[in-house]
Amino acid sequence: METKGYKYFTWFNYIFLILLSLLCIFPLVHVLALSFSSSSAASAGLVKLWPVEFTLSSYQYVAAKAEFWQSMFVSFQRVILGGLINFLLTVLLAYPLSRETKQFKPRTFLAWFLFMTMIFHGGLIPWYIVIKELQLLDTIWALVLPNAVPVFNVILLINFFRQLPKEMDEAAHVDGAGHWTILWKIYIPLSLPVLATITLFSLVMHWNSWFDGLILMNSPENYPLQSFLQTVVIQRDLSMIGSSDLESLSEISDRTLKSAQIFLGCLPILIVYPFLQKYFVKGIVIGGVKG
Amino acid sequence: MKVSQGPLYLMVLPGVILVLIFSYGPMVGILMAFQQFIPAKGLFGDQTWVGLDNFRYVLELPNTMRVLWNTLYIATLKIIFGLIVPIIVAILINEVRHMTLKKSIQTTIYLPHFLSWVVLGGILIDILSPSQGIINMILGLVGIEPIFFLGSNTWFPVTLVGSEIWKEFGFGTIIYLAAITGINPELYEAAKMDGANRFKQTLHVTLPGLRMTIVLLGVLSLGNILNAGFDQVFNLYSTQVYESGDIIDTFVYRIGLLEAQYGVATAVGLFKSVVSCILVTVSYYLAYRFANYRIF
Repeated sequence: METKGYKYFTWFNYIFLILLSLLCIFPLVHVLALSFSSSSAASAGLVKLWPVEFTLSSYQYVAAKAEFWQSMFVSFQRVILGGLINFLLTVLLAYPLSRETKQFKPRTFLAWFLFMTMIFHGGLIPWYIVIKELQLLDTIWALVLPNAVPVFNVILLINFFRQLPKEMDEAAHVDGAGHWTILWKIYIPLSLPVLATITLFSLVMHWNSWFDGLILMNSPENYPLQSFLQTVVIQRDLSMIGSSDLESLSEISDRTLKSAQIFLGCLPILIVYPFLQKYFVKGIVIGGVKG
Repeated sequence: MKVSQGPLYLMVLPGVILVLIFSYGPMVGILMAFQQFIPAKGLFGDQTWVGLDNFRYVLELPNTMRVLWNTLYIATLKIIFGLIVPIIVAILINEVRHMTLKKSIQTTIYLPHFLSWVVLGGILIDILSPSQGIINMILGLVGIEPIFFLGSNTWFPVTLVGSEIWKEFGFGTIIYLAAITGINPELYEAAKMDGANRFKQTLHVTLPGLRMTIVLLGVLSLGNILNAGFDQVFNLYSTQVYESGDIIDTFVYRIGLLEAQYGVATAVGLFKSVVSCILVTVSYYLAYRFANYRIF
């Protein structure tokens, strides 16, 4: 029963939503176009959504900068180490906490112990002082250990584990399997999609974090990429990229260079995005709207 | 069946230790709010206790009320629009019958959520620039004078709220779309029998079906009333717009880390933590009472 009015609405709706989606990627496309354009075209305002006077100079300039690669390296180190630690600790906390109280006595206490950290924070300064006192400043551990337990993910996984049928572990216990075996052989294989979701989330979190790098690393060569970009692109600290010689290069400008760096800064996210997208919807739904 | 609990204790141990150090450690560090903290003496060193002096000092600073107001104003607008826009878009997306189109729209609008505020800040600074930015070029075509979005106190809060909604609205639709699929199809059939068109069905079936989710997310967002978005503001603001854009978190950062007044900054942070904690607790309680929501 489709009325004429509804047909008009459908067309209007399609056009509106398509424009809305374009609005979401348009800024990114514009910056991408800028990064491949010549400096004169960029400053003359000729670049819209397609490169004008196509050139790779900006990328060549960035690629020649040791600082850029150094921070890229720190970022990858952080993402891999941080992601691994997040994964292990999430699983190792979620399994015991998904047991019944009679199976694991401190369960309720520990659940509250974790939950408390979600509702009350010590604040920025005490957090900084604790990390400083532990002498973690300027080490990769400062970026990884304070975020080692993603409490929200732990809760998500506890909830998932609890809705798995209990009969399986009973049967496994009868067969003499201990908790390690049950976790490894039954729970992990059964929760791969959820694990993929939370792992991807933690990888993205580590890649995108910039503030901790900025304040916990004293020397810029320890900056992860996002912190590096923060100083170069946002604070416009040109000394970092050593662009005193920029004037002499006509092909690139501050603007095209920034655009290239911005694009490189989100490239890994764009690459994993298709995988990410496959899983996160499921993850959000499991975590958000139960009951 | 007696199974050893030993392995379970072993499993939780590393996580518990790290949470103890990095989440509970800073809670102990809150004592700094009542000290004239000197970092060289250390967290457990012999610091001078000053009672409530740090709090008194902050209250006497000329900008404190301004910062508090900015925080509340920006956060409230973000909460309101962050709640409404995704509902509307989710309902519109739900009307799209063409599956490929629907998937493409969803894929595109979720994307900005995954980009950092450093990247988006860089993009916004470029496209919003009054001299070179493409947004002002487009506005110029319809005869609008260049607007200094990031440099004027009138426009800065608007830009913050607008860009935050732009980044998050798509992601926000996920939960509503999931809730819409959960609505019993028979309700729509019944409404059709009663002669309701699609619009009436949306009004009388879809919206009521979303009521619980809306209440839940609305209540839970209460806890964010002092979170105006540090990452975003920090990457977009400048001294020109402190008047309209300086928020508690940026204020704490400057006092604490740039001016090294640790005690004072901790006091401001403590104020924020206490208020947020009360609000979050109340919001979870309300969510439990009215939407039967339990986090675990």
